[in-house]
This record gives sequence, C-alpha cells and structure tokens, in this order.
Amino acid sequence: MRPPPVPWSTRLKLDDPRSFAIQVGLVLLLCAAVAFIAHNVGANVARLNLRVGFDFLGRPAGFDIAQALIPYPETSTYLRAFWVALLNTVLLGALSIAGATVLGLAVALLRLARNPLLALLALGYVEAVRNIPLLLQLFFWYFAVLGPLPPPRQSLSLFDLVFLNKRGLAFPWPVPEPGFVAFMVLLAVGLVAFVLLARAARRRRIASGRPARGLWGAALLALVLPFAGTLVTGTPVAWDVPTPGGFNIAGGATVIPEFVAMVVGMTIYGSAFIAELIRGGIVSVSRGQSEAGMALGLSQPRIYATIVIPQVFRAVLPPLTGQYITLFKNSSLAAAIGYPDLMLIFAGTALNQTGQPLEIIGMTMASYLLINLAIAAVANIANERMLRRER
Amino acid sequence: MSATTFLRRCVSTPLNAVVTAAILIWLAMTLPGLVRWTLVDAVWSGPGPQACAGVDAACWLFIKDRFGQILFGSYPPSERWRPILCLAIAIAGVAMFALGWRSRKLLAAFVLTALYAIVATILLRGGWFGLSPVPTSQWGGIMLTIIVAASTIATSLPAGLALALARRSNLPIVAGLAAFYIDVMRGLPLVGVLFLAIVLFPLFAPPGVEINVLLRALIAFTLFNAAIMAEVIRGGLQSVPKGQMEAALSLGLRPWNALMLCVLPQALRAAIPGIVNVSISIIKETTIVLIAGLFDFLGVLQGALIDPAWNIGDQIRQTAYFFAGAVFFIICFGLSCYSAGIERRLSKGELQRT
Repeated sequence: MRPPPVPWSTRLKLDDPRSFAIQVGLVLLLCAAVAFIAHNVGANVARLNLRVGFDFLGRPAGFDIAQALIPYPETSTYLRAFWVALLNTVLLGALSIAGATVLGLAVALLRLARNPLLALLALGYVEAVRNIPLLLQLFFWYFAVLGPLPPPRQSLSLFDLVFLNKRGLAFPWPVPEPGFVAFMVLLAVGLVAFVLLARAARRRRIASGRPARGLWGAALLALVLPFAGTLVTGTPVAWDVPTPGGFNIAGGATVIPEFVAMVVGMTIYGSAFIAELIRGGIVSVSRGQSEAGMALGLSQPRIYATIVIPQVFRAVLPPLTGQYITLFKNSSLAAAIGYPDLMLIFAGTALNQTGQPLEIIGMTMASYLLINLAIAAVANIANERMLRRER
Repeated sequence: MSATTFLRRCVSTPLNAVVTAAILIWLAMTLPGLVRWTLVDAVWSGPGPQACAGVDAACWLFIKDRFGQILFGSYPPSERWRPILCLAIAIAGVAMFALGWRSRKLLAAFVLTALYAIVATILLRGGWFGLSPVPTSQWGGIMLTIIVAASTIATSLPAGLALALARRSNLPIVAGLAAFYIDVMRGLPLVGVLFLAIVLFPLFAPPGVEINVLLRALIAFTLFNAAIMAEVIRGGLQSVPKGQMEAALSLGLRPWNALMLCVLPQALRAAIPGIVNVSISIIKETTIVLIAGLFDFLGVLQGALIDPAWNIGDQIRQTAYFFAGAVFFIICFGLSCYSAGIERRLSKGELQRT
C-alpha cells in the first residue's frame, strides 16, 4: 500500500507555528528587500533616462575586438560581440584548465619523487606560486616578461617554426589539402577498428586470465592505415609556417600577447593547486595499492599508470571540479591586462557604449553561472560513471 | 628527515645521483645571479632615478622613494598617525584576546569588532572630533590592502556562519534559500561581483543616496566571501558527530544552547584551517580592487611605474613586482604554515581521543 501523500505544507514545515513564523517572515523580508530595490531601480532608470530592454543586442557595436574566433566584421551587432567575447573566455578557460591539469599532475609526481632535492624543488614551486596573487603573476607575465620582448623583426624563434615577439606568438597552422577528407575517414575507420579490437581483447583477457596479444599490432594498424592512404592521395595537411617579414610575421597563426600571458599565468597558478590536490590523492591511495602492485612484480611506472593514477582521479575528481571552476572564474582577471574576454568586452566596452548596466551585467553573470554549472554537471556525470564502474 | 638521510636519498640510485647533479648544477648557475640581482649589484641608495639607470639589478631606491605611498597611498603625510593608531589598537585588542579573555569569547569578539569598526572608521575618515576629513579616494597602499582584507574577513566570517547554519537548518525554506545564495555566489567570479557592485549598486540605492566606491567594493567582497566561508564552516559543522547534538539535548539544553555551547565550538575549531585558507585567498584577492579604481598595495606600485622619472628600464618594474611578490609571499606563506600547524595539532588531538 502506498503511504498517503505528504501535504506540501508539512514538507515545508509550515504546520508548526514557530517554523511558520520564521520561514514566512524570512520570505516576506526578502520580498520587501527585492521590492525596495526594484522600486529604486525604477526611480533611477526614470531619473537618469536609461534605456531598458534587449533591443540593443541588434544594434551595430562599432568597436573592434583584438581576438575573434568567429568572423567579426565591422558591421557586427552587440550580440555578435557577446558571442566573440564569450568564446574568448571559454577558449582561455579551457586551455588553462587543460594546461594546469597536465602541469599539475607533473608537479604532483615531482613532489613525490624519490629524490628529495627534486621533491623540495617542486615544493618550492608550489608554495611560491600559491602564495602570490594571480593578478600580480599576470602583471609579471604581461608587463615584465612579454612587454620587453623584441619587435617582430628580431623575434625569438624556436627552430624557425614558432616565433615570439611584442605582437604575440606565431606558430604553424595546419591547412587542409585535397587528401584531408580521405585521411580523416581512414583515421576514423582505424580508430573504430582499434577500439573494437581492444574491447575484444579485454573480454578475452578477462575470460582467460591471460594478457591479450596483438593489441599493439592493432594500434599500429589504426595508425598505418590512414598514413598508407596518404601515399595514394598525397599529404592531408600542409603546414602554414610563419615567416618573419619586414615589420610583421607573415603566415601561420598568431595569438595576441594578452592571451599568451593569461594562458601562461593561469596554467601555472592553477597547476600549483591541482598539484597539491593530486598529491593528496596519490598519498591517500598509494601505500597499500602500490605495495600490492610491487608484490605482483609490476614496474614502478606501470604501477603508477595502471593502478595508482586511475584511483587517484576517482578520489580527487570532486575537489578538482571545484578547482576547475575557480580557475575558470579567474579568467575574468583578463580585464586587468586587456585580454578581450567577456568581462572586458561585454561588461566593459559594451556597457560603456550602451549605458544599459542591468541587461549587460545580468547577461554576463548568467553566462559565468551557466558555464560553471555545465562544468559541475560534466564532472558529476564523470564521477557517477566512475563510481558505477567500481561496482 | 635528518641531513644524512636526505643526502643518502639524493644519491640512492645512479639515476637519482644524475638528477641531483643536474639540479645542483642548475642551482649553481641561477642562484648566484639571483643573489647578485637582489643584493650585491642592487642599488640601495642614491640621489635619484639616475642612480639606477643602466644597472641590471634590483633598484631598492625606487621602493625607498615610494615607501610612504606604498604604505599609505595618498593619505596626507601629516595625518598618517591615524592609520598607525588604528593598527596599534587592533594589535592590542588581538593580544588581549590571545592572552587571557576567557568568558563569552564569541560574543565579546563580535561586539568588540563592531565597536572597533566604528572607531577605526571615524579615525581614518575624520570629519569628527576635530579630525580633518580624509576622503576614501586618498586611502591606498598596504593600508588599503589591510582594510579590505581585515574588514572582508571580519564581515564574511559571521555572515558565513549564519549562512552555514541556515543551510543546515531543518526548515526547508531557510535551508533552500541559503543553499541557493551560496551556490549562485560560488558560480560567479569575484571580478564579476565587484563589477556588479560598482555599476549596479548606485541603481539599487534610493535616488540621491551615494554609496562610496570603497564601500561598494567591500560589500562585493563580503557578499562573495560569505558564501565561501559558509562552505568551509559547513564542513566544520558536518565534522561534529550527530551524537554531540543529541547528547546536549538529552542533558536538557535548549536547541540554541546546545548549538552554541556544544556543537559550534567543536565545529569552528575543526574549520579553523579552512577559515585561514579562505583568509589567505581573501588577502590575495584584495589586489582585485585595482579593477574598481582603488589603489591598494599592488595598485600603488603599478601606478608608480607609470611615473616618467622612473621610466629608466625594465629593472624598475622587475624590482616592484619582486617586492610585491615577496611581501605577499611572506604574509600568505606564514599564514598557511600557521594553518598547517593547527591542522596537524587538531589531527593529533583526534588521534589521542580515539
């Protein structure tokens, strides 16, 4: 028999007079505060003759953005500027998160290195980076490191492929050639074949208890197939290599120095925190697990790669998510050094031009909130899948 | 780890020995240069900027020249005894608490902090008791950094405590509202909240009421960090076993007293490391007020770099950043060592109890 449904007033604890008084009082108080603010906003909007509404999004923006991932012609609207700025923010956040994770993992392993001098050096890195404000570090990278760089004519170069100068970082960019589609198709076929073979091998291994052979052959096949195809169709991509010209660097892809400073600064700052998280995770799972691995005669790198690290990621994923969100939010400091992100372009330039603070701040805040909720949601799904696999 | 074990482990395997040698060589190559840059070749005194021109080393003369500004911003030199007096009162108060205040600590701390805020505001702003008024736009430097950090910590702690208690309340509407506030705030960047405060607060206030820019920034910092504090304190509350509350209630304490006398002291003690860590990040975050046009420690330095008289080379900027980094590092690293020490002591106590 189903229990009788609980009335909503009981679920909200509105039956008891004291709880009722407290809760209804709080709600009324909040409503009064909101009404007060709404009233003031109304009065101020009338007094200052502010425009209200979202029709400004359709008007031409008329300002330039130094970095645009999607076409941003001169006639673009404010809505277009919003997307451009949002994409810049997302690109910066994604690159920094990826970089900080890789660097953080490396630093965490160094922190646990058998060589105490190496571990000490890694500790020094972590403490130095963690205890200095990110804004100062960004200033350092932007003004003190990238600022004094030479003009394009005397660019610093790495193997004549990557160039760094006052105007930014230029690097080779792939350009698809006629054989590109065929290459991608063959690559996809190879990868699918590899995944299927790997699954079959895994099933066989679990069934027989013996390690499956021939997996490396399959992996090789997955790689050889597309490259063999290129012999017929020609090279799939050509690299557009930057070449130093008279006043600027021609060809290749260039990113602005603000972007370089932001990515470098945020990657390093994030890596120190992530390193400590991962180190804590490794310490918490390591002992017994790696001893068991050693007892089985596995090598140290093998123990780390197949036993410790997978478990560590399960243990640290929830705090790591928090760190990712923090790092992503830190990207808003871009406004301080002039990287055209959501804060600088939309909440800054667009706000100044349109004079519609309510709509613009609202859209900006909502964007950050939605992206952070998305990061948390993806992490939650990953977390649940990992926990389920444990069973 | 003793020195000999340390050395033995440095050369335990051939690979380790090679790594050790490589690190030592790298240190031997970089450290002397760093010492030369910061100490040996550095310019410590001189008649003016030209003393540093062409010297590729730290120019401490620049810091010395700007020291008053670094400490107080553009606070009038004749009135600088006022912030110093404020600091002295604060130190005396903290010392009194640390040495021997025993009864009703939480309440006393709350009341005294509130009183101190009023006294300090009057002292710093002036305008009363014959003190000449100093508008907040003239406040700056390390003084402003301390003001922002201290008042943010002092306001976000009680606000965070209230939010944490509300979030764990058994009244669903109260808990839901607190959770909503905390989650929304934690999803926003501090720079965004600061922007919001700067741009929107004038619209939120009744027409004709002007909210001071510093006050707007302080409110933004409090709104943001209260949510962060709440989560840390909630962690502390969760670490207190349920039996503690039940035991207190079964002894006949009222729920409020059970909370204040039994659960909260244990929860706050467990939350201290987290609270210190949040305080460290607040201290680092104070640099963001630069975006609101306030000249804190970093802002004053950044502003001083624009001075054409000191535009004599990259070494000035490097010195300024090195100095700022060192100051922040000493404060934050010191606090984090303190928090780690408490954490160790707490976990030891935990072990002894079981």
